[in-house]
This record gives sequence, structure tokens and C-alpha cells, in this order.
Amino acid sequence: MALSKPVRTIWDIPREERFAPGHTMCQGCGAAIIMRHLTKVIGKDAIIVQATGCVEVTTTAFPRTSWLNPWLHLAFENAGAGASGVEAALKALKRKGVIDPNRKIKVVAIAGDGGTFDIGLQSLSGMLERGHNVMYVVYDNEAYMNTGIQRSGATPLGAWTTTTPVGKKLRGELRPKKDLIGIALAHRIPYIATASPAYPTDMVEKLRKAYETEGPSLVHIISPCTPGWRIRNEDSVKVARLAVLTGMWVLLEIVNGKPRVTVKVPKRKPVREYLRLQGRFRHLTDEEIARIQKMVDEYVEEINRWVGEQAIGPVEG
Amino acid sequence: MSIKDEGFKRYLGKKYPETWRDMPIAAIVPWPGNTAEVKTHAWRTIKPVIDQDKCIRCRLCWTFCPDGAILEVDEEYKTSSGRVFKISYKVDYDHCKGCGICAAECPVNAIEMVPEER
Ligand SMILES: Cc1ncc(C[n+]2csc(CCOP(=O)(O)OP(=O)(O)O)c2C)c(N)n1
Ligand code: SF4
Ligand code: SF4
Ligand code: SF4
Ligand SMILES: [Mg+2]
Repeated sequence: MALSKPVRTIWDIPREERFAPGHTMCQGCGAAIIMRHLTKVIGKDAIIVQATGCVEVTTTAFPRTSWLNPWLHLAFENAGAGASGVEAALKALKRKGVIDPNRKIKVVAIAGDGGTFDIGLQSLSGMLERGHNVMYVVYDNEAYMNTGIQRSGATPLGAWTTTTPVGKKLRGELRPKKDLIGIALAHRIPYIATASPAYPTDMVEKLRKAYETEGPSLVHIISPCTPGWRIRNEDSVKVARLAVLTGMWVLLEIVNGKPRVTVKVPKRKPVREYLRLQGRFRHLTDEEIARIQKMVDEYVEEINRWVGEQAIGPVEG
Repeated sequence: MSIKDEGFKRYLGKKYPETWRDMPIAAIVPWPGNTAEVKTHAWRTIKPVIDQDKCIRCRLCWTFCPDGAILEVDEEYKTSSGRVFKISYKVDYDHCKGCGICAAECPVNAIEMVPEER
């Protein structure tokens, strides 16, 4: 049974583990925390389809699996298409009476940022456009981690990756992050949210709502990666929290096009506090950090205007 | 594929493929959650030790562990100050990878990371 009760406190998260340990995700991997909670929410009547990426390769080394649900491996580029197909097949089987038509079975697609922002984008767009009853979860570690930290459309401005090296000419990633939420919004789907594993109650409640949504839903979750972000193992939750507290990552929920900030930040911390914990930003000069701060200031202003209140406040101090 | 299929029957009852003939078609894995048998404790250089007396049962370590290696158990515990808790938190040392998140997130510093000795 999927989690049906609203999640108001940490105690509403089910105790039962539905994501087996023994996987090979790195020490301190943020995506592993996300998967534990996702599987607690969706329960047993969900079919998971997964684009390749870290989560896939670390949980399914043959002949083993960390998953307790029916789970389908997909290629890098087609989580959206695969999920659409499974959902259509479920409909057909229900129509033919092979599966009880009253039984609620949901399709859950999981993909990384590379599999979503880049190579899987048209596949996702098709799925959203056709209105499939699929919940799509993006764990965003802001690069192609599984293949050795190559940049993606989700890599933030200034971040070092192996394909945005730091030297005299190049200073890490040249472009700001692609606006995935804006893309999802343009498809006018019923439920869109952003989340952070450092805010588990908020994250789990959003996953629950996305699961309950009839039609396509998308949850975009920041996912600290210890080797890729060059952070200490024990810091991944701290970093996921600082992303929110600095306004780099705003916790949003957009229901039928209506946006809301679910975790307000009355006084923001300077982005420097988020950046300095991460080796991928170590090369940044004061001027470069100021540029990122300005970008975040503008983003925060844009969000506040959009939600119609000062949900994220000014930088403290 | 249903359980009744011949292809599936071939490896039911078997723990793992013994020869290539036992390999499930399309790499189906009919053993849900079997990574649990894999111990990941050797990844660890430091290990968490929970001070049951200090622990206020806030559930945060359990929430944040990436490896599900903090177990929430219905085990009563009475602290030295006389406070009674109905649950306790225990470390699953077979799977804990020693990341230290639990210790970093514990609000009362009830978890200490100590060097692993083998
Ligand atoms: C068409 C194709 N190109 C390249 C690959 C190799 N590949 C596998 S996973 C991956 C990167 C995955 O990145 P992301 O989706 O961000 O997930 P992460 O590994 O970061 O969790 C790549 C490039 C592939 N499997 N298929
Ligand atoms: S490389 Fe990063 S995302 Fe992949 S398993 Fe390790 S910590 Fe997790
Ligand atoms: S050290 Fe890491 S893996 Fe071990 S119990 Fe703590 S959070 Fe879990
Ligand atoms: S985080 Fe600390 S206080 Fe909270 S349950 Fe774990 S050990 Fe106890
Ligand atoms: Mg990635």
C-alpha cells in the first residue's frame, strides 16, 4: 500500500524499508537517502522504470537487486517512453480484465539529471504531453556521475566537472542550470515539486502527493554526490540543507499551475556557505562567487514575484 | 512473465544461477531485495557508536542514513535519569559504510564515530 496519510512530521514516514541495503552507492550518497524514502512512499503496488545512471548500476549488479518492486531497466534516454509504455500496457490489461480494473498500480519513473535534462528530455516531454499517469522522479546530482563526473544541463554555473575543467581558459561550467521546472510547467501537468533530502518531511509529503496525482507528476530532488561534488561523506545532508538555506534550491510545489514555496527562508545565508563545502567550487574567486550570488538573488526575486510573497528573504548579516 | 512459465520455473527454488543454463531470460532477477545479503561493512574505516543514554529518540539518524543501517527497534530503554523510551536505535554493522552522516546530524551528539578495528 502506498502511503495515504499526509506526512506532517518525521514520524509519519513508514518504518518499513523497501530499498534493500548492500547496494554499492558511495558512502554518504544523497541519492540513496532519496531512494529509501521514495520506496517507503510508493509501497508495493508500483512498477518502477529506471533510466541508467548511478542509482541503476549500483542497485542491480546481476544477479542481485536492491528493489522490492517490479523494476525495469531502461536505457539512458528513454525513462519517459518506457514509463509511458508500461502505463499504456497496464490500461490495456485492465480493459481486458487480466488485471483487476479497480486495483491501483502506479508507474514510477526514476532518472538522473543527465537522463532527464539532456538525453531523456524529448522522451520525458512526450510522456508529459500525452498525459500518462506516471510519477517521474529526478534525482539531480548535477552531472553524469555514473560515468565519471561529466557535465550535464543541470550542472550549475562555475562547477568543476571532468568536462568543465578548471584552468586559465575555463573556470568550470560556463552556463547556469537548465530550468527543468519551467519545462515541466510548460506541459501544464497537474503536479510539480522540488525537494531536498535534508527536509525529509517535505520531501516525503511531496513524493506522496506526486504518487496520488492522477496524470503526470514530476518531483525534482537535489542529490548531493560525495565524489562528484568533492564533499566529505558526512556533509551530504548538510550541503543539501545549505542549498535551501542559501536560496540556491527553493522548495517549491506547483499544483495545477499554482506555485507555492513549501519551506520558507526568511533570512538567506550567503551562497559562499554552500559553495565552500564543495571541492567542485574550490577554484572560485571572490568575483566569481559574487556573480553566483547575484544570479541567486535574481532567481529568488523571480520566485518571490511568482509566488506572490516574500517566501525567500534577503541575505542575512 | 508469470510464475507458471517454464522459463521462470527453472530457477525458482534456486538461489542463484549455478551454470549459464540457469541464467534467467532477459536478465530477470527473481530475488527481490537480495543485495541485503551483501555485506558492505568492509567499506568502513570509522564506525558509529550510539550512546543509548544520550539518545533522545528523534529518528534523524534513521531518516538520513543512506544505507538503511540505522535500525528502529521496539526495544524499551530506561536512561540513567529515569526517562523511559519505547524504541531504540541500533546500528546494522553488516551494512553501515561509515559515512558519518548519522553522527553529523544527531542533534545531541549521541553518536560517536570511532576508528574501525578488525
Ligand atoms: C545512449 C547512451 N549514452 C551514454 C551512456 C553511458 N551512460 C550511462 S549512465 C550515464 C550518465 C548518467 O548521468 P545521470 O543521468 O545524471 O545519472 P547519474 O549517474 O549522475 O546518477 C551515461 C553517460 C548510455 N548508457 N547510453
Ligand atoms: S557517484 Fe555520487 S550519485 Fe553516484 S553513487 Fe556515488 S555518491 Fe551517489
Ligand atoms: S555511518 Fe553512515 S552508513 Fe553508517 S549508520 Fe551512520 S549514516 Fe548509516
Ligand atoms: S539522531 Fe541521535 S538522538 Fe536522534 S535517534 Fe539518532 S542517536 Fe538518537
Ligand atoms: Mg547525474
